[in-house]
Amino acid sequence: MSHDHDHDHPPAKGRDHDEGPPSEHEILSRAMQELLEEKGVLTAEQIRRRMEQFDKDFPTRGARVIAHAWVDPQFKKRLLADGKAACAEFGIDLEADRLIAVENTAEVHNVVVCTLCSCYPRALLGMPPTWYKSENYRKRVVRDPRGVLKEFGTVLPEKVTVRVHDSNADMRYVVVPMRPKQTEGWSEERLAKILTRDALVGVSIPLI
Amino acid sequence: MTLPSAYTPAPDRRFNPGDRVRVKASYPPGHRRTPWYIRGKTGVIERVCGAFPNPEELAYGFSGEPKRVLYRVRFSMREVWPDYQGAAHDLIEVEIYEHWLDAAQGA
Repeated sequence: MSHDHDHDHPPAKGRDHDEGPPSEHEILSRAMQELLEEKGVLTAEQIRRRMEQFDKDFPTRGARVIAHAWVDPQFKKRLLADGKAACAEFGIDLEADRLIAVENTAEVHNVVVCTLCSCYPRALLGMPPTWYKSENYRKRVVRDPRGVLKEFGTVLPEKVTVRVHDSNADMRYVVVPMRPKQTEGWSEERLAKILTRDALVGVSIPLI
Repeated sequence: MTLPSAYTPAPDRRFNPGDRVRVKASYPPGHRRTPWYIRGKTGVIERVCGAFPNPEELAYGFSGEPKRVLYRVRFSMREVWPDYQGAAHDLIEVEIYEHWLDAAQGA
């Protein structure tokens, strides 16, 4: 094969982040926490409680927004056009500048990843799950999305287009799943219960 | 499938939705937000996200000015991974800053 030289050569790639010994940054972060604890600035208990508090503050907000989009077509339209503005209607101030809501249909299934780190709409969905941050998910879902989705129990017909979104820069994403037909007449509160975090990332579909 | 965006469009920009673009096959050191796997690949502008402070500058404590135009670029999975086993119509969309993009030939 001919080899044209209009490009640079990629240097050897570094190690994986969640495999093998901790990286320099992980060690630095742990050392910093230990120092802060030692000096009495923070306690491990405070750090743990802060994380717990974050989880308490945020986890169900995404489900409420999407449940509302399911019952109000006008709101869904606004959400798909400008996710941040639509969330603001709920009093949710996203930490990111932009939220892109992507809708699953009979033709398209959306799934979200951040291959560079773990960008995630935290103010909407809470803290990202460990698997979302894992090198395994980040590497493989862009290469073999159907295989990864299958591992989450989501098997999609060949005719459905799989649309992977790499949340690699300034946008954040949320998936608007398809509303199951059997949920007609359900209240938004009840609908929100089947809108799991995984469904809003796109690795699963809402089950009744 | 592409929706009209309500975002503030970037006035001085090189590309519009539907334009074919090629991501630069370049590997400079430093903080880059262009994933490796997409470098050198050809896709289509899906939407204009707006202008944002340049993350390659922000990462080192600079202002990030002038802002750079950010696009979402849609690629066919088979273009990105020649041995892709899934459906031929499967897609991947990636956020790419304008200075990483060149105009590409084709419809």
